This record gives sequence, structure tokens and C-alpha cells, in this order.
Amino acid sequence: MTENKKNPGKSMTGSEILVQTLVDLGVTKVFGYPGGKVIGLYDVLDRTPGIQGILFRHEQGATHAADGFARATGMPGIVIVTSGPGATNTVTGIATAYMDSIPIIVFTGQVPSAMIGNDAFQEADIIGITRPVTKHSYLAQDPGQIGQIVREAYHIAITGRPGPVLIDLPSDVLAASGEHHPNEHVMIRGYNPTYKGHSQQINKAADMLNTARRPLIYAGGGVNIGLASEEITEIANRGQIPVTTTLLGLGAFPEDNPLSVGMVGMHGTWYANMAMMECDVLMCVGARFDDRVTGRLNHFSPNSKKIHIDIDPSCIAKNVAVDIPIVGHVKKVLPDIVKKIKPANTKEWLEQINCWKNEHPLKYSKRGEEILPEYVVEKVAEMTNHQAIVVTDVGQNQMWAAQYYGFKRPRQILSSGGLGTMGYGLPAALGAAIGCPDETVVCFTGDGGFQMNIQELTTAVQNKIPLKIVLLNNGYLGMVRQWQELFFERRYAMTVLSDGNPNFMKLAEGYGAVGLQAQKLSDVEDVIKEGLKIKRLPVVMEFIICPEENVFPMVPAGASLDEMLENGK
Amino acid sequence: MRHILSVIFENKFNAIPRISGLFSGRGYNMNSMSFGEGEDPETTRATITSEGDDQIIEQIAKQLNKLVDVIKVVELTYEPFVERELALVKVQSSASTRAEIMQVADIFRAKIIDLSHKTITIEVTGKEDKVNAIIEMLQQFGIREIARTGIVALKREFQK
Repeated sequence: MTENKKNPGKSMTGSEILVQTLVDLGVTKVFGYPGGKVIGLYDVLDRTPGIQGILFRHEQGATHAADGFARATGMPGIVIVTSGPGATNTVTGIATAYMDSIPIIVFTGQVPSAMIGNDAFQEADIIGITRPVTKHSYLAQDPGQIGQIVREAYHIAITGRPGPVLIDLPSDVLAASGEHHPNEHVMIRGYNPTYKGHSQQINKAADMLNTARRPLIYAGGGVNIGLASEEITEIANRGQIPVTTTLLGLGAFPEDNPLSVGMVGMHGTWYANMAMMECDVLMCVGARFDDRVTGRLNHFSPNSKKIHIDIDPSCIAKNVAVDIPIVGHVKKVLPDIVKKIKPANTKEWLEQINCWKNEHPLKYSKRGEEILPEYVVEKVAEMTNHQAIVVTDVGQNQMWAAQYYGFKRPRQILSSGGLGTMGYGLPAALGAAIGCPDETVVCFTGDGGFQMNIQELTTAVQNKIPLKIVLLNNGYLGMVRQWQELFFERRYAMTVLSDGNPNFMKLAEGYGAVGLQAQKLSDVEDVIKEGLKIKRLPVVMEFIICPEENVFPMVPAGASLDEMLENGK
Repeated sequence: MRHILSVIFENKFNAIPRISGLFSGRGYNMNSMSFGEGEDPETTRATITSEGDDQIIEQIAKQLNKLVDVIKVVELTYEPFVERELALVKVQSSASTRAEIMQVADIFRAKIIDLSHKTITIEVTGKEDKVNAIIEMLQQFGIREIARTGIVALKREFQK
């Protein structure tokens, strides 16, 4: 980062260096909201060809959009906001990305260097505030450093276990001039992620899988991020090993493969949870034994030997002791395992799993003309050929989408898994649609979460984004209501939304979007059909669903995975 | 059980809050933490003492290693190492107790570094338990103030 005396770079302002470096890195879209301290930066952005700023209506929306963009494309999402409230509004978005290992780079304006610490107008210690939820952060202190900081941030965000990086930009540093050196190498002494797995450990893991009678692969978001679903599929097919995925791992293994046992965990399938409990060898790939997956820890998968492959050493042995830890990148480790996997005799085990599948399938019972959310998800899946990019909000809508869509390819579902951020769906879906303009993007949301970032409907209309919003309206904060029904004697404290809900159809219209509503079962198909046809405009397809429909199976908090409730029993 | 971690990191903006914040944010126990410039002037060495079982300490070491600024983490607990702590102890004294206090200091090979009509300030260096012991012995005279550095430690190179 020191000035290169022999080879002076071109003199540019901090803002110019920043935007030019983003262009050099291949960034074409920037999400954000301007404000006093970044006017100059937005001015440069606006007149630089090859890079486009997209105005959201709230900084949280812009940050989730960057997250959705990153999940859908694999490229880091870029956010530019102003200081103070602009910066603090990004915190939930940053924490969401951090929990799910999503690469985003957040640029925050800051008061001039000399005023930092004086409680200046729109000042916030955003580096301090975001320290626990960023992979790394920088304060730019000299315009000549900005290029190198941006390159380092980009490198840190996408390599190793990806994550958000924040760069705080005092306005005087953006305005001042410095030397631009576009080609400096990124070398960070303390940052060297391990990619290649330990070969002896890999051999041991393959042997363990080959000799297992009841093996199970448990694939997480790391397989989607690391694009290793082909390798997982090959291991499964060759060794006849069933595969379960986490919420973030959905799509990493096609659910129409007979070896798929679907999603595991609190609202996972009966058979996935039973397989977890009964397997004798469990290979966890790019997942982290989260509490929503393991249920009660001291009774989790009691009879299995465990293999854990992860790029982040701190994920290994954090919650669950493992027999064979392998630190490395899934894309580098799995091919070596593929080579050593032999066709194994797992016939009895697969029969057992099929038996569970037949006895305890995912199911819901139709009730007259009432619309059931599971049916809506199934119909949307069918009519989008199971190929849409599915973005969910958080709560019941998220779990129904996860359970009933039937995912087939990696990076197909975007969902706030770790932080469970309501309001994530709509803006993240916009980010995905901006990143993948040729794909159908469906956002499953509820009447609670939709209203948490509903202002972004404007962004969708303004940018002519044909987003398919599936609003499952049950008039409740459904997941909390479900818990109240099951564990709080049906006292629905503060979870009733129906009395205050707006007229969503008029609301859609007011924003300039299309609104379509289904009130009874027989309307569902027509609404979806109509909605999918709409081009160049977002559509809100509102389904008035059965208000007290629950998500099952369910592992109650603190219970073991084999203590599932089905239909409330 | 007490564990000692020696952490070398880039002395960059915000590195120390990242390290200390990890302990509060993740609920790890921290008994002492001392910082000082390392052998390379661009680095700082932190010596951290923490309580916990091996699994927690392993997590702490891994989390520290994950920080971009951290170059190296060494757990000294299971290796031979040398450790020292320095404390300044200001003790109340009068003409009648001064000699006795100086005797205590002498036994612990501590130095008198300041004297007033009413106080004596003692500098003591040693392992943590020695520092604790002299403080305990000085309690009876009335301790006004204590400043402790926290532990610094290095691996012992000479081994049989």
C-alpha cells in the first residue's frame, strides 16, 4: 500500500479510484442509497461506463439485494450507502450475509477524518458496530490506499469461507487525490485459507464410507457455495449413499434422485431425521451442525462415526465431536474421495429409508376449498418446472417452500438460514433477478415478512423486474403462532396481523405492480398461470391461505431429531 | 483449567478490538490480556490467559486464527514455557509498619520504587501465583492501589 516512487500511478480522487477498481474487478451492478457523505462517490459512479448503480428504497433492502445477487451468481454483491443511519441500516443485511457465508462488500460513507469521534452529524462507528458480523473491515485513511483496500476486500469476501467485508470511507479521503496503481498484488500475511485436504484423512474417510452399512451424506450450504454438487452426486450414486441437505444445502443434490432424503432438521422430512439418527457413518460436507439441524445435541446421531469436511477449521468440533476432520475446499477434497469410493452394499439401509419414506411422507390434507400453502408451493414448482430461482422470507412460508418445491440444481434456493431475517425475501429476490435476468425468480413470502421490506416493490417496478411474488397470506405471524398453538395454549399474543393488514391488491396497484388474488383452491392455478405470464413488471400473487395451517414434521426446540411432531401429535 | 495463548497479529487499525471483541461476543472467559510490540515492529504480540476445557480453548484458538489480522496463535499450556507478570502495589504505611512491609517485599524479591509519608509502592515480578502471594501478604497493611500487567509468556527453548 505504500506509494510507489519509481512508478507513480495516475492521480485520481478516492471516489474515482474506488469505482475504477470495482470496474477492473468486473463489478457491473452496485446496490445502494445515496446520502450526504457519498454524493461525490455516486457522482463518479453515475458517469462511469460499465457499472450501474441501482437505487433501493432502504439500505437494508440494498444490502439483502447484494446478498441475493451474491447467492444467485457467486459474485460478490456490492453496496454503497452513506454514513450514520445509512450505515446502521445495513447491519441486519450484513449479519444475514455473515451467518450464511455470503460474499458482499459494503461501502459506507463516513464523516471527514478530522471529525471522527466528535459525534458529528450522521456519524456512527460503523466499523465498531459491525465488527462481530463482518469477516473483515477497513477504514480508508488515504485515497492512494483505496484501490488496494478494495482488491483485498474482494479477495477476502470470496475466498476461504466467504463473508461480508465493510469499507468505511471518510468523505475527505474520497474527495482527495491519490495515486492509482491498478495492478498491485494482494498478499495478506495472516489470511491463507486451506484448500487442499489432508490426503491421509481423505483416504480414511473414503475407507470409512466404503465399509459403512448405513452411510449418510449431510450436505450444507458449503456445497452450493463451493459448486461441488456434481461431486456429491457422484459419491452418492457410486457408493449408493443417501443424501440429506440442510436448508442452505437444498439444490446441492437433486431431490428427484432416489437417493435424496430431502431436508434435515427442525422441519426436515421424517426420513431424513431418522436417517440422521440411525446412520453408522455420517459425512458432513460444508455444513456446521447447527442447532436447527441437530436437535438435542447429546442425543444427536448417537451411533455414527462422523466425517466433517469444511473450509473453516472453527466449524469443526464446535458443536459435535468428529472422528475424521478434513479442512479444505469441498471442490478440492471431494474429487479425491470420488476416486476412492467403491460400490458398497447399502441395499438394506436404502430399503429401510424407503420404508420410512412410504410410512411418513411429507403430507398435508386438503380441506375443501381452503387454500393450503403446501399446494400453492407444489403448483408453483410444477408450473415453473422446478427450475425457478426460489427466494424465501422467513417463517412458515420459508419452510413450506423448502419442503415442497423440489430443488434440482445448486444456488436455486436463497434463504436466510442462520440469522432467520424476516424481510429478506423481496429485496434478495430483486438482487437475484438483477444478477440472473434470464431466469424466473419466485419469492415466497408471508404477510408479515413482506411488509418488512415492502418499499422495494418500487425498486422492482422502477427497474421493470418481472419478479413473481407469492404472498401466502394467513393473517398471522405464522411460525410464531404455530409455536403459540403448540406450546402456549393457543394464546396468540401479538401475532394476529389480519386486523391490520393492508389491502395487498390495492397496495400492489399503488406501487405500479400487478396484483392477483386467489381466495379459494380452484383459483390457485389460474392465478399462478396468469402471474407467470407477466413481463417487465413485478406481480404480487396473493393466496388467502388456511390461517392455522402448520409446518410439519416438527422437532420441538430442545428435542431429539427422532422426537418429531406430525400433525400436532 | 488455565490456558495461555500467545497471539501474533498485524498491528493494524482495529485489530485489538477484533481480538478482545471475540471473547465478549462469543462468551469466552478471559483472565488477562497483555499487548506489546512484537519482534517485527509491524506486529503485536498478545498474551491471553483464559479458563476453559480443551474444546473451548481449541475453539478460541481457531476463532483467533480466523481473524484476518492474526498471523499466528500458539497455545503454550502443554509446552514448557516461561511466564512473568509485573505488579505495582501501593501499600499504606506508617513509621511503625514500614520496616515490616519492606521485609515482606524483600522476601519476595520485590523492589520499593516509591515512598511517601503514608505509602510505599512496591514493584514485584514473577509468576502469577507469586504476585498473588505478595498481594495477600500486603493486605494486612492496607492496599491503596494495584496495577498488574497481566501475564506475558514465551515458549521455553531449553529442553532436556
